[in-house]
Amino acid sequence: MSIDYSERIPNNVDLSSDKRLQRALEQWQPAFLDWWGDMGPDGWQADDVYLRTAISTEPGGWAQFGFVKMPEYRWGIFLADAVPDRRIAFGDHKGEPVWQDVPGEHRNALQRIIVTQADTEPASVEQQRRLGATAPSLYDLRNLFQVNVEEGRHLWAMVYLLHRHFGRDGREEADALLARRAGDPDNPRILDAFNQPCVDWLTFFCFTTFTDRDGKYQLAALAESGFDPLSRTCRFMLTEEAHHLSVGEDGVRRVLERAAELERLDPNGDVRKHGGVDFATIQKYITYWFSYSIDLFGSEVSSNAANFFASGIKGRYREEELDIDHVALTGTYRMSTPVDGRLVDQDVPVRNAMNELLRNAYIEDAEKVVVRWNRAMEEVGTTFRVRLPNPRFFRRQGLYAGLPFDFEGNLISAGEFEARKTEWLPTDADRAYVTSLMHGVFDHGKVANWIAAPKRGINKMPADFDYVRRDV
Amino acid sequence: MADAPFTPVPSFESHPSRYRHWRLTFADAVATLTLDIVEENGMRSDYLLKQNSYDVGVDIELHDALERLRFEHPEVRCVVVTSGQPKVFCAGANIHMLASSTHHFKVNFCKYTNETRCGVEEALAESGQRWIAALNGTAAGGGYEMALACDQIYLIDDRSSSVSLPEVPLLAVLPGTGGLTRLVDKRFVRRDLADLFCTKAEGFRVKEAKRYGLIDGSFPRSGWDAGIQKVAAEVVAASPARSAQGIVLPPMECVTDVDSRAYKYVRTTIDRKHRTATLIVSAPTSPPPANASALRAEGAETWSLRAFRELDDALCHLRFNEPTIGLVLVQTEGDAESVLAHDASLDGLAGDWLADEIRFFQGRTLRRLDNMSKSMFAIIGKGSCFAGILFELALSVDRSYMLDDPDGEVVVRPSVASSGRFKMQTGLSRLENRFYAHADQLAAALGALGQSLSGADALDLGLVTIAPDDLDWDDEVRIAVEERVSLSPDALTGMEQNLRYVGAENCETKIFGRLTAWQNWIFQRPNAVGEHGALTLYGAPESPRFDWGRT
Repeated sequence: MSIDYSERIPNNVDLSSDKRLQRALEQWQPAFLDWWGDMGPDGWQADDVYLRTAISTEPGGWAQFGFVKMPEYRWGIFLADAVPDRRIAFGDHKGEPVWQDVPGEHRNALQRIIVTQADTEPASVEQQRRLGATAPSLYDLRNLFQVNVEEGRHLWAMVYLLHRHFGRDGREEADALLARRAGDPDNPRILDAFNQPCVDWLTFFCFTTFTDRDGKYQLAALAESGFDPLSRTCRFMLTEEAHHLSVGEDGVRRVLERAAELERLDPNGDVRKHGGVDFATIQKYITYWFSYSIDLFGSEVSSNAANFFASGIKGRYREEELDIDHVALTGTYRMSTPVDGRLVDQDVPVRNAMNELLRNAYIEDAEKVVVRWNRAMEEVGTTFRVRLPNPRFFRRQGLYAGLPFDFEGNLISAGEFEARKTEWLPTDADRAYVTSLMHGVFDHGKVANWIAAPKRGINKMPADFDYVRRDV
Repeated sequence: MADAPFTPVPSFESHPSRYRHWRLTFADAVATLTLDIVEENGMRSDYLLKQNSYDVGVDIELHDALERLRFEHPEVRCVVVTSGQPKVFCAGANIHMLASSTHHFKVNFCKYTNETRCGVEEALAESGQRWIAALNGTAAGGGYEMALACDQIYLIDDRSSSVSLPEVPLLAVLPGTGGLTRLVDKRFVRRDLADLFCTKAEGFRVKEAKRYGLIDGSFPRSGWDAGIQKVAAEVVAASPARSAQGIVLPPMECVTDVDSRAYKYVRTTIDRKHRTATLIVSAPTSPPPANASALRAEGAETWSLRAFRELDDALCHLRFNEPTIGLVLVQTEGDAESVLAHDASLDGLAGDWLADEIRFFQGRTLRRLDNMSKSMFAIIGKGSCFAGILFELALSVDRSYMLDDPDGEVVVRPSVASSGRFKMQTGLSRLENRFYAHADQLAAALGALGQSLSGADALDLGLVTIAPDDLDWDDEVRIAVEERVSLSPDALTGMEQNLRYVGAENCETKIFGRLTAWQNWIFQRPNAVGEHGALTLYGAPESPRFDWGRT
């Protein structure tokens, strides 16, 4: 179904046929715009930004590009097309027709999942709201805003589900999504990683590489859901999310490439001397955000995850297309478990290991990103190689939370961890140095010194195109 | 899930210096109890105490703190209960512990924790120690029930912490420590709103919790510590100052054997073959304290406290560690005059905080006795001293056998102690309970207080059940014992609980009677503990399957 842009709220869900819902969402819309004004990008709201807007849910040509003022962006509600006669693909209800309405017994769990996912969308916009001032180029500035408006669109997608399917509770939760604030100790966002400050662009690139990639896997698992409206919503969101990941991956690669260039320039290979970010610091940022992001998958052994799977509301990555045991009642997953100061292999029922399985799929994907970065490093002739820490390293959630593991995942003493953590994680001095490099570069075709220029532009436009037309 | 093998509770004693789960700190008249459970520190090793969830070991420490606050820290007027862990106050009783415990352990665990929760309420009613629940994270199930026992509940407003009773939707059992009753009977939450709350697994956060009356107030994270301090200061300011110098509760001294526990004034002996225990309480052997300072000097050594602390401990051991013992024969020995003298000494000191606390403690112990899930007979024979407060033991049990002694040596000496000083959970004295709706008989019994009564006199007044003469005595008692232990223990427990308590219900009787009766039924049902029951499968990959039949 094509998208109806004649409506106040663009949508492909035939909103005009449900007047009650339409009214409710039209009441939420000004609150959203107020939130965007208060907590969206700080500045540039009156400028023309070259943004893509979803115009259809067809796989090819789903978006159009053009200059838009951000507050006028057409945030709307788009679901991927329904699959005829879709069946629940896994769990206790496997083979039954998917649900078009929320089953009462799964209402609370579904609501919690949707609210938790939804909360990350405005949270990341809030975390990134001051980054515009220090953008390394107009190209990057535009990418930031593209990510921001699409996170806003994802919020709309989730709010639609809450309004459409969860009654008064859903409407209250939708309001609460606009009331919480990332990093506010009294009113924080639900998940920890979304309360961490995002004050520099290296953090932004790491965040979009690793934390948004968690989003991709969560959305993919929910795209398998037996609750069809959630599945269709997530399938379309995944299309948009892919861009965010490439912004991150490309950004980190450009910082790495610039470091390699500056390394060559200096007889001692001192990158910082030439105003770049040295490899060690980049590695530490990657380590930090990778570790923070894999926390988002939840406990390694989880009865919640087992329940979500059993009840058919959250599947595994590519559950439907893979030839695996979709009931997963038998079988175990072997997990390295800390017991009395050492790691012991323990077998956990597969259903209880669902978080870990999703995390593993994510890690596999993240490893591929690292391979691509390292290929780029090889091409520019540096010996430096990016590495991901062991998933046990520096965890705050789950089996390994708070335990002293080294970068390779070996259990070490707390004292040794304290002594060595600055080898692995950014120090205050590292952060201060990165922050000191952050100055906005907004001139035509110019790029900040600490990052390589983009290789190509957006939508076949040149890289040095003025993606943001500043209203000066 | 198979029951874990029977695991005895090694001790019901603790001390703040040995707490593994709580921290007890003091600031003037405010005590703070901080729950900070290390997962691996459970009583058994087959479960982890995640999310500040508790087992009986945690509750034994809470009970210890409760008693020490009253005896060792009478200056305390406000007790703040809070958590030492981020984001979670307490997730309630540990589910895996419950799922893998024997039925009798589960019931005893619930009963013990309930007695401790009621003790929190008694601390306010009797000693003016007001408990404040400072929920700095989510309080679920037993965690919220712990809060419900407190006088006021504050929940941190961090947009995620909630209060909940998820037992029904998540586990197919009931909140086991008075949560349902206290919602409607104590906090006066409207029944239909309580119904909503008790079926919503994730519960309510601050906004709804306030709206429904589930909490009294909230503070944001940044204002939390200051807010709770202010509440505590207001509580202190609003309550009268109390004595500043407490007494020390020393460790219990007890010589134990496989089949016996011998304290100074209390002795239990187990007859495994006949599934019977004999519980003997001895009279004091030294004169009572002459005045308040002498009482203070004796402290926990004074008979009135020491004997009842020992009795309390002995009852806990009988309950948890002697599951197959069905009948307790309650006896006394020693000098009745001495018992009466110690009673009189406390009477004379009424109004002194320590004398009052000892009385309250005796009352709690007697209620623990009322609440035993074992048959109890008082055996009033040669050398016994059912006098004063010890006559309350004879009024608490299911039946009493008194020797009608031709030599006139065996007497009971009910005293003013039975005139209403010690109430049962119903709020009735044991005499009022015994002669419910028989005003004439109650008046006659009250008229006999202070007298020495022979078996025939006591039988006449209805103060004992049976009074055989010395020809019949041995056989009567033997046959009664043998008959009793041959009956179904389940039926007996149910019958006794029905007969022991008469009169109107209140919050406390409902908690023990109604709730535990339902809970114990549910705990047996396949929907909870069967192969596909929710409690059995909690945390397992499989979803529960219910038998949909409803009575």
